[in-house]
Amino acid sequence: MTTAVEQAPAIPRASTGRPSWLAGLTLGRALTHLALLVLVLIWTLPTAGLLISSLRDKDQLAVSGWWTALTTSETQGVTRIGTAEAQVEEGGRYFIRGNVFGTDTNKTVTAFGLSNAAPGAEPAGGSVEMTDGGAITVQADGAFEWASDAPFAHTRGPRIFYVSAIAPRFTIDNYIEVLTASGVGRSFINSFTVTIPATIIPILIAAFAAYALAWMRFPFRGLIVALVVGLLVVPLQMSLIPLLSLYNDIAKLFGATDGKTYLGVWLAHTAFGLPLAIYLLRNYMAGLPREIMESARIDGASHFKIFTTMVLPLSFPALASFSIFQFLWVWNDLLVAMVFLGAQQDKLVLTGKLVSLLGSRGNNWEILTAGAFVTIVVPLIVFFALQRYFVRGLLAGSVK
Amino acid sequence: MDDVLQQLVGAILAIVIALAACVAYFWGTNWLLDRVLSSGSSSGDAMTKRDNLRSSIRPWLFLFPALLFLSVYLIYPVFETVRLSLFDGSGRTFVGFGNYAWALGDPNFQRSVLNNVLWLIIVPSMATGFGLVIAVLADRLWWGNIAKSLVFMPMAISFVGASVIWRFVYDYRGEGDLQIGLLNAIVTGLGFPPQAWITMPFWNSIFLMVILIWIQTGFAMVILSAALRGIPEETLEAARIDGANDFRIFFDIMIPQIWGTIVVVWTTITIVVLKVFDIIFAMTNGQWDTEVLANLMFKWMFVNFDYGRGSAIAVVIMLAVLPIMIWNIRRANAEQGTR
Repeated sequence: MTTAVEQAPAIPRASTGRPSWLAGLTLGRALTHLALLVLVLIWTLPTAGLLISSLRDKDQLAVSGWWTALTTSETQGVTRIGTAEAQVEEGGRYFIRGNVFGTDTNKTVTAFGLSNAAPGAEPAGGSVEMTDGGAITVQADGAFEWASDAPFAHTRGPRIFYVSAIAPRFTIDNYIEVLTASGVGRSFINSFTVTIPATIIPILIAAFAAYALAWMRFPFRGLIVALVVGLLVVPLQMSLIPLLSLYNDIAKLFGATDGKTYLGVWLAHTAFGLPLAIYLLRNYMAGLPREIMESARIDGASHFKIFTTMVLPLSFPALASFSIFQFLWVWNDLLVAMVFLGAQQDKLVLTGKLVSLLGSRGNNWEILTAGAFVTIVVPLIVFFALQRYFVRGLLAGSVK
Repeated sequence: MDDVLQQLVGAILAIVIALAACVAYFWGTNWLLDRVLSSGSSSGDAMTKRDNLRSSIRPWLFLFPALLFLSVYLIYPVFETVRLSLFDGSGRTFVGFGNYAWALGDPNFQRSVLNNVLWLIIVPSMATGFGLVIAVLADRLWWGNIAKSLVFMPMAISFVGASVIWRFVYDYRGEGDLQIGLLNAIVTGLGFPPQAWITMPFWNSIFLMVILIWIQTGFAMVILSAALRGIPEETLEAARIDGANDFRIFFDIMIPQIWGTIVVVWTTITIVVLKVFDIIFAMTNGQWDTEVLANLMFKWMFVNFDYGRGSAIAVVIMLAVLPIMIWNIRRANAEQGTR
């Protein structure tokens, strides 16, 4: 099928005399490369920015774009010098010493000044006359020394403004903080708690139903298939209110305060995943060779036996496809978890946690980027490891 | 720590119990059916009767758990939601079409419908268009598969995760400050003032749509790429010999050949768009005129606890989905007929 294409372009381009790696490169091809490159960049840069930012020092993250992660960034700061009480006398002169950075050793001072308007008036190492008498020197490492011939008497320390450079620094501190202090670690466990059972439970239920719809003859079969196809697209919004009422009624029956349990979420996800599961599996099973089924029937095998010994093992690719879909869908779901599990901190799944962080820490990008990456890393691993099955499932579910 | 352990043990137990229950049910009922209606020692006529009875019961044993789940979680709620939409907030007083009448006059509802229409026009067309272009480009280059993998990747990312990713891109700092958001950095780099994209009237909805387009393009690309490969090579070759250039081949051969698939992709994304909730909820929660139906429904259900109005909005979403649903069912039925 492809032989014709592979031979055709080789003929006119054979004698252009360009280097071999350029042989196939015409203007049109170069444009194709360029166009696709631009599109791929648009699709990957946002995620790359998130990942890089999550690994940056949080001070740098707040003042410079992630694309400058490898360069030294500049920031401005201000510090207040100690009052007269902090002075020491050495050989008849008076000094106030300290460090503008406190204990933070990651930065260097490039310049300093005494007013907000000109923080970079004097390069590091120089000295500036003070209005309270004497002169101040700020070194590159942040150490300052204010020296005067007369004792200091001020009660309110003057301020030094400075421009500092932060050397590029990558760290996993942000991850440690979100996983422990911000409670993302707990949500990570909650997400697994919700996702794994909700992925496994529907498989067998759907497989039996799919087999019946694919290979058994009975009245209303077509109607049930049509029903499943219809339910594929029913908005979840239609189910939320009645189910919530139902759950609350059942909870009242057992004396609980509300119906928000993991069991409730598992069952809800199982049900919401069933239409797709049945649809995918039925399509796949219906495509299994008829001869095998019929000869097994003639040999006296029951439907139950054919299903468990032949159809189920043969359907592994379809089962894998569905499992990946369901895993990604449940892991990434926000609505069902919020409605049926609630918004208490100790029950939040990762998506819910991320939304709550957006609200409470909306400007702390070190928290948000690391939190978001923790949220998306598991689906990304599943996705890249099992992409083949995922794509196969997509094709089976859509193109017919 | 203890409750975490308890929770994990609970989850594992749930899997074991659920699987055991499934196996026990399917195996047990089948065994019972064969046992009770065994074709054992009876005469020919009775045996055939029993055989027939057995094979007419068995499908329903296979189907029962699935049908039970579907009925309780999807079919019953559809009717219940329609019923609740005719009642007031508490669900006790019948108000007829009162909730729908309220919705028509509510500025937030009108804004949501308008926004949903915009989403419906822009997102499916852009995602399908980009998906098609990337599929065509990638199929001609040696690194096309890597490119497709990267474009496909956002499909695995949750709407909430994608919202954070894009909120970072849209980040806004005052004029004069260094921009850490990519978009504003580009804009200021070109010499324009930075913009607060998320609060910008009208355009902010577009910026939210970009997130969904970014996610759904991968889906469109994969499906369309497979369809493009299904075009017979002879057809393309014949066009080439006739002197058609790449653009003619794309518009006159490829698009008509895969038109059916384009429609399927389009409708699938349309359904996603109608249900879109997470992105709005995470990015703006409907502020600055970005409200959509799904988020509005959530507000009436969980902020105002008015189940009547919430249900009415859900029914409106359902009505919007209905034509596609009917079309899907017809298509599925037609396929069954040919098989």
